[in-house]
Amino acid sequence: MGYLSSILFAILLAVGFGYFYLNIKKIIRNINLGQEVDRKDNPQARWKNMAMIALGQSKMVKRPISGILHIIVYAGFIIINIELLEIIIDGLFGTHRIFAFLGTFYDVLIGSFEILAGLVLLAVFAFWTRRNIIRLKRFASKDLNGFPKNDANYILYFEVVLMSLFLLMNASDLHLQNIPGGFSHYITAGSYPISQFIAPLFNGVSSELVMVLNELFWWLHIIGILIFMNYLYYSKHLHILLAFPNTYFADLNAKGKFNNLESVTNEVKLMMDPNADPYAAPPANENAVPSKFGASDIQDLNWVQLLNAYTCTECGRCTSSCPANLTGKQLSPRKIMMDTRDRIEEVGKNIDANNGVFVPDNKSLLNDYITAEELWACTSCNACVEECPVNINPLSIIVDLRRYLVMEQSAAPMSLNAMMSNIENNGAPWQYNQQDRLNWKNE
Amino acid sequence: MSEVLIVPTMAEMLSQGKQPEVLFWVGCAGSFDDRAKKITKAFVRILNRANVSFAVLGTEESCSGDPAKRAGNEFLFQMQAMTNIEVLNAYEIKKIVTACPHCFNTLKNEYPELGGKYEVLHHTEFLKSLLDDGRLTIEGGQFKGKRITFHDPCYLGRANNIYEAPRDLIQKLDAELVEMKRSRANGLCCGAGGAQMFKDAEPGNKEINIERTEDALETKPDIIAAGCPFCNTMMTDGIKNKEKEGEVKVIDIAELIANAMDL
Repeated sequence: MGYLSSILFAILLAVGFGYFYLNIKKIIRNINLGQEVDRKDNPQARWKNMAMIALGQSKMVKRPISGILHIIVYAGFIIINIELLEIIIDGLFGTHRIFAFLGTFYDVLIGSFEILAGLVLLAVFAFWTRRNIIRLKRFASKDLNGFPKNDANYILYFEVVLMSLFLLMNASDLHLQNIPGGFSHYITAGSYPISQFIAPLFNGVSSELVMVLNELFWWLHIIGILIFMNYLYYSKHLHILLAFPNTYFADLNAKGKFNNLESVTNEVKLMMDPNADPYAAPPANENAVPSKFGASDIQDLNWVQLLNAYTCTECGRCTSSCPANLTGKQLSPRKIMMDTRDRIEEVGKNIDANNGVFVPDNKSLLNDYITAEELWACTSCNACVEECPVNINPLSIIVDLRRYLVMEQSAAPMSLNAMMSNIENNGAPWQYNQQDRLNWKNE
Repeated sequence: MSEVLIVPTMAEMLSQGKQPEVLFWVGCAGSFDDRAKKITKAFVRILNRANVSFAVLGTEESCSGDPAKRAGNEFLFQMQAMTNIEVLNAYEIKKIVTACPHCFNTLKNEYPELGGKYEVLHHTEFLKSLLDDGRLTIEGGQFKGKRITFHDPCYLGRANNIYEAPRDLIQKLDAELVEMKRSRANGLCCGAGGAQMFKDAEPGNKEINIERTEDALETKPDIIAAGCPFCNTMMTDGIKNKEKEGEVKVIDIAELIANAMDL
């Protein structure tokens, strides 16, 4: 029996982690569909960002209620995973509470896991209430209709199940530990500030049955964790992993700085330099895909923008602070990120189905997912970028799509075309003569 | 009004063999918009009073390209930028001050990659430095005790993390600085950025400038202080829409300072 369960456990772990590994590989492949952008400079500032924002949750607490609730769940997640280490060792080697030799330290550890598990249950209940009873505006938005809304609730239910199993596992263990004279391998170890109140449930139940139940809770708990881990790929919950690289690779420049398009710089230089010889340019690589100005699909975006899309938790802090959205316009920065992710997934599936090459599907991020109306409603105020707890930049995607509309399709709203031709002709967005620029001096 | 403003151009400076301490980048709004021209002149009056050696480009200045870039026209932006950079570099400009956060952001952050590297200051930062250096002194005077709320321009605040300079200046006026519920990094856009100034808003249920004006009016201000010509227009329109123009004025920080100095 001992060997059998160890083997079974090893297979379970291998399947769980193996499937997870395959999906992670797929995500990395998909993110690499994006254009290259250098985000390796200034590692010191990048590590600091990651430490403060992802690890330290510094932006989460800007909204204190959800921030503190989130920190509880987050701390619970991180710390309870230490317990996972013991579970894995016990499972593989048929031991029981292998770390119990740590004595008082072990007691403190188990005790704090229990308290965290209790707090997580409370926090999850509060989260569930906010989403389903109070229906906070940012969680009741139409952006989340369908799977995204269910996804959020599934995660909450999952946490309840995992935490309950953890506490039940401890409670039954405690019950067995307390049997006078000792029972099987249930040594006295750990402290149980919460599950001590659950343990009386097992009074009057035969010790053999409690032992079976304990084993069952233990197995369900580890199976639950493995399922949860593999659910991440399909869920907004991927942020628990990607928040770290996402904050590391985030743009370090001032938010007002929009990136410079070098392909344009080269053309403008040729245009402006009277001595430039257009034929002197090196012969174009015949196999090169002609470069696009701006972005119409996910392959035109850079890989950090795609990483952003996978990292988005759909919390909607961006949308709830977006001036366009607040005044009833179509734009929702959260939807921009969700659309981008949906399109990446679609392209990824297309590639998987066609032996590793993308077969054009007559669709694109622009138009099929994100409309021009949404894009033109943006005031580029950076509120969405400021708000994002994990440094996602929806504005950069909006701008790249606008660039495509304007430079590839000449599809700007008419009034903007007028503004642009004024700049071109008069050096001002209005129809005034450049020679009149100093008239104010004498008025 | 026949006031005498001393506004040398770079061309004049060069012909006299002089190099000013700072170039005043007026911007398109500051040059052509009737409301913004008053801000330009107020700022010049302060510079004149503080004996700051400055110059403008005058007819050699052209749009910084900000609205073109935000609208997605990188070609037009870069043509504007490169033309301006050629002029600025020919005059060996080192330091620029501007009263427009959009020009400020573009010159400061987006010109360097195209060969235009300057020290760029928003006029509120520059005014604060004049005060700190003792080149300028102001008394609260007419603004003493007045309730003033400051509307953070996105391109000064969130885009470049400048929140305190304008507030420090308001506090020099002995005024009561009252904050809107959304301020500093949480400030709400006036609705004009990202080239919105030049087009109709997309359909919605409200105009952004009305929403923002309501934020401001909640503080029961005597004055809404602005630091951007576009915000100024949007907030002024909002006040008119609310029929509050008799009670609440929208005034740029430069004008506040100039008025306090009786200029």
